[in-house]
Amino acid sequence: MTKYRINKTRFVDQTKTVSFTFDGKKYHGFEGDTLASALLSNGIHLVGRSFKYHRPRGIMSCGSEEPNAICQINDNTDLTEPNVRATEIELYEGLKASSQNCWPSLNFDIGGINNLISPFIPAGFYYKTFMWPKSFWKKIYEPLIRLSAGLGKSPTKPDPDIYDHKHEHCDVLVIGGGISGIISAKIAAKNNLKTILIEDKNILGGSTIYQNNKNFIIDNQKSNEWLMNEISELEKLDNLIIKTRTSLAAFHSYNYLLAKENISDHLPLDKKNGSIRQRLWKIRADKVIVAAGAIERPLIFNNNDRPGIILANSVKKYLDFYGVSTGLNNIIFTNNDSAYETAVSLFEKGISVKIVDIRKKSSSNIVKNAEDLGIQIYWNSTVVNTFGYKKIKSIEIMNLSEDGSNVTGNKHEIQCDCLSISGGWTPMVHMHTQSGGKLDFREIDQVFVPSEKSENHINVGSCNGDFELEEIFKNTTIKVKKFLNINESSFDKISVLCSKELEKKNIWLLPNTISEGKTKSFIDFQNDSTAKDIKLALREGFKSIEHVKRYTTTGMATDQGKLSNMHALGIIADTAGVKMGTLGTTTFRPPFTPLTFGAIVGRSVGKFFDVVRKTSIHEWHVQNNAKFENVGQWKRPWYYPINNENLHEAVQRESKAARDSAGILDASTLGKIDIQGSDASEFLNRVYTNAWSKLGIGKCRYGLMLNEDGMVYDDGVTTRLGENHYLMTTTTGGASNVLSKLEDYLQTEWPELDVYLTSVTDHYSTASICGPNSRKILKKLFPNKDFSDETFPHMSYQDAIIDKIECRIMRISFTGELSYEINIESKYGKSLWENCIKAGEEYKITPYGTETMHLLRAEKGFIIVGQDTDGTMTPIDLQMDWIVSKKKYDFIGKRSLYRSDTIREDRKQLVGLLTDDPNEILEEGAQIVSELDKKPFEMIGHVTSSYFSPNLNKSIALAVVKGGKKMKGQKLFVPMENKNINVTVSDFIFLDKENKRINA
Amino acid sequence: MFVINCPYCGERDQSEFSCGGEAHILRPKQPTELSDDEWAEYLFMRKNIKGVQFERWNHAHGCRKWFNMVRDTSNDKIHAVYKMGEKPPVI
Ligand SMILES: [Zn+2]
Repeated sequence: MTKYRINKTRFVDQTKTVSFTFDGKKYHGFEGDTLASALLSNGIHLVGRSFKYHRPRGIMSCGSEEPNAICQINDNTDLTEPNVRATEIELYEGLKASSQNCWPSLNFDIGGINNLISPFIPAGFYYKTFMWPKSFWKKIYEPLIRLSAGLGKSPTKPDPDIYDHKHEHCDVLVIGGGISGIISAKIAAKNNLKTILIEDKNILGGSTIYQNNKNFIIDNQKSNEWLMNEISELEKLDNLIIKTRTSLAAFHSYNYLLAKENISDHLPLDKKNGSIRQRLWKIRADKVIVAAGAIERPLIFNNNDRPGIILANSVKKYLDFYGVSTGLNNIIFTNNDSAYETAVSLFEKGISVKIVDIRKKSSSNIVKNAEDLGIQIYWNSTVVNTFGYKKIKSIEIMNLSEDGSNVTGNKHEIQCDCLSISGGWTPMVHMHTQSGGKLDFREIDQVFVPSEKSENHINVGSCNGDFELEEIFKNTTIKVKKFLNINESSFDKISVLCSKELEKKNIWLLPNTISEGKTKSFIDFQNDSTAKDIKLALREGFKSIEHVKRYTTTGMATDQGKLSNMHALGIIADTAGVKMGTLGTTTFRPPFTPLTFGAIVGRSVGKFFDVVRKTSIHEWHVQNNAKFENVGQWKRPWYYPINNENLHEAVQRESKAARDSAGILDASTLGKIDIQGSDASEFLNRVYTNAWSKLGIGKCRYGLMLNEDGMVYDDGVTTRLGENHYLMTTTTGGASNVLSKLEDYLQTEWPELDVYLTSVTDHYSTASICGPNSRKILKKLFPNKDFSDETFPHMSYQDAIIDKIECRIMRISFTGELSYEINIESKYGKSLWENCIKAGEEYKITPYGTETMHLLRAEKGFIIVGQDTDGTMTPIDLQMDWIVSKKKYDFIGKRSLYRSDTIREDRKQLVGLLTDDPNEILEEGAQIVSELDKKPFEMIGHVTSSYFSPNLNKSIALAVVKGGKKMKGQKLFVPMENKNINVTVSDFIFLDKENKRINA
Repeated sequence: MFVINCPYCGERDQSEFSCGGEAHILRPKQPTELSDDEWAEYLFMRKNIKGVQFERWNHAHGCRKWFNMVRDTSNDKIHAVYKMGEKPPVI
């Protein structure tokens, strides 16, 4: 045993040694230790440097509130993880931990120079100093600050661990496995309610499990022994799930909660392999009982941050739970009775201890217990200074004045190697407020407690502001029974005895003889903000707690101010002379403790990150060397390079082939909506800008759909399959939105219409064949069909059969070529496609991708919704007046087409652009100006589509330009980084304006 | 995350639904007869109440039905759900 492992407990197995390294040096602990307790057992307090001043810092607590002992775990491996609290890491064989924030080393820290110049680093220093010169920020200030600050290192490789998500439902969820949580869970589970009890530690019992003080008696037993028995009873209950190592992350509305379970973090490295690391539970509970406990408060005095200054109840836990003494010569500095339990525990183990208490007296049993043992108590006193650089060596105390606002008498120095501090307790109201609950301020002991309003959750135990054992026991039993509608419980008649605190006193910022500007009284240890910073913020005019918090960064570190928020509020209230209850608190946001990204994303990584949609022809594309483009969730062939062609070369070849002979495109991803019902025609009349009533059966028509604000929303060809039956196509990306929008109108505005919509996008595959030889290819595929213009004209459809399978042929064109689209049930898509390729072989049919499709349609001046439009273009802006019916009384968006704004003549309008140099290709998105010498440039539009057309042998572009309709022939400029490109406004139909090819 | 009682399917997680904004805004029957201001009132003006609000919701990943819901935006309490076309309850 080491010098500091002075006690044997049932929680740490001292027969099982565990070795680990800290900052490269090897140490030993035992099974059951945390990294923090193992370090302390080796006499190590110094574990890090503070964020701003690089002051030496030590372990300060034993739980999730720890601000100082923040470590890097498993450095230089894929598993490395920064910002882990040493107080929460269960020790395992092979653990490698290192301190953070102390370059070049923990013991020699160059940033410590900041401590010496600290009078010059007040609150807001960074904001004030590094504002100018502006150019210095990126190159000088930021790299320097990051080198000496920063919290740990991120891993550089993908996380190799497996994370899991799981849904769970229950009648009652109990958060916290301390005494009140155990009572609650037992009452619930015993009454036939499916109950889940979660606890973030590895065992149940909270602080009562190591409470062996004789002043705390339940049912005539010491409270820890009584609780031990209760826990073994609890574990036998059938309808109770106990989840240890599971911490609540978030409490959302309607009792939806997220909890993170650590599954293999505590296992030795060789046993972690292949195991799930963490699981995120998504729990919907009928009732929630919050028993989250309370966190001990520090005291705020000069130099209260030295290694060896530890919260008093944590000192007791290290002693009675882990068997480790945090010092051999202890002083306890307190404003309340609970720290006396620590004093008695230390004394009983033969360790030297003295007490400094800011109160004048206390008449409780536990204090009498300490006095009877002969422990020296300095009443009405405060610590005014501490000494020792890397470890506390001594303190100076003084008497308090009558009202506590000042110190009197002489300084008195006391030697020590550990100072335990206790400023009272703060109920953990985070869960309550996350769920939407409000708080009340309780003046007598200066705490915020939940004000109960919710029917679906309650708070019990110390998170509800009940601090005495008897109070906790009785109130929990009564509240839980009432909440769950239960008459009796096994706890009703049990007697509880405990010490009760009668004298209370609290001073948020303890007085000193030294002027405030020269003290270092830390409030937020992790972000290094002091009482002085808060007062400065107030002097500079910040009033709201939310502003003070951001300006001083108090409460904004990874611990979210668990130890600091109350003191910040208290000091603000005292300084401003207002009541603390009127200030309100800052907002507590989830997660309660930091969550790993792994736990958040669960299994949704790699190929499970998002759904991938593939057409039935996908495999053929892969085999034929297609490069793919993501269009929404779809994988669409982008181009099909041959040999070592790049994108440009492939697209030039594909585009030429499609116009010279034949091309084939997989158009299966276009949205398809089957529309049926006796009012189908009327419905189309209302949703498209053009008229549909007269469209003959077997005919196709292009339609443009607007939003109610008159802006183009989607487009596509709709085919009339029968009297009351249409097949609508939409853009690939717009398919689901169009369906939702149409359903919305049908259900809410026009419920009288007899129309039914069904999405059939995935039901049919589409091969689109275009080019002058397409008719010949179709004839080979369907020898019995007449493809002449007379029987099968442009914009019409016919049913057909191929390989005994029914299909639909539409003669429609998005390329400007003679073109046919064959729709077939998806399972036959690939076979249809292969037939087409085979039939087209003699015409060198060329598969082309989305890029060539875009080029071909641009040559023809067809828009792509979402590329040439951006939600601010009307059909008039697009020069598509022809498609807007003048006769129809109404359609979606009609009224908006003549609002004062939509009829402005200087709106951006679609035009063609030709570069003076036919080989110059404009960049899509490039800005357009009309005057080069007027600076700043007035940008009058931008390029929306741009290509080099192999068929026209020149560069072409579509653009939107203010007042563009009237600018044909005008010279404009596209200024680029190192040149200005001269362009001329042109017609936007570049090829075959007379539609000779489509009708060929 | 709410639990929403779809009038057609029963209680489901909020993740299955999408919100369509303020309810009971009727699309004008004769838009062409409205002035710019009157049309703009329909097109753009929506209430954003802290308190009881009448909303349209769609069971998008379920039955795809639209319905109305009365929700208190200050505490997310859902007071009522009812089908399209039904009279709004008095809250
Ligand atoms: Zn539904």
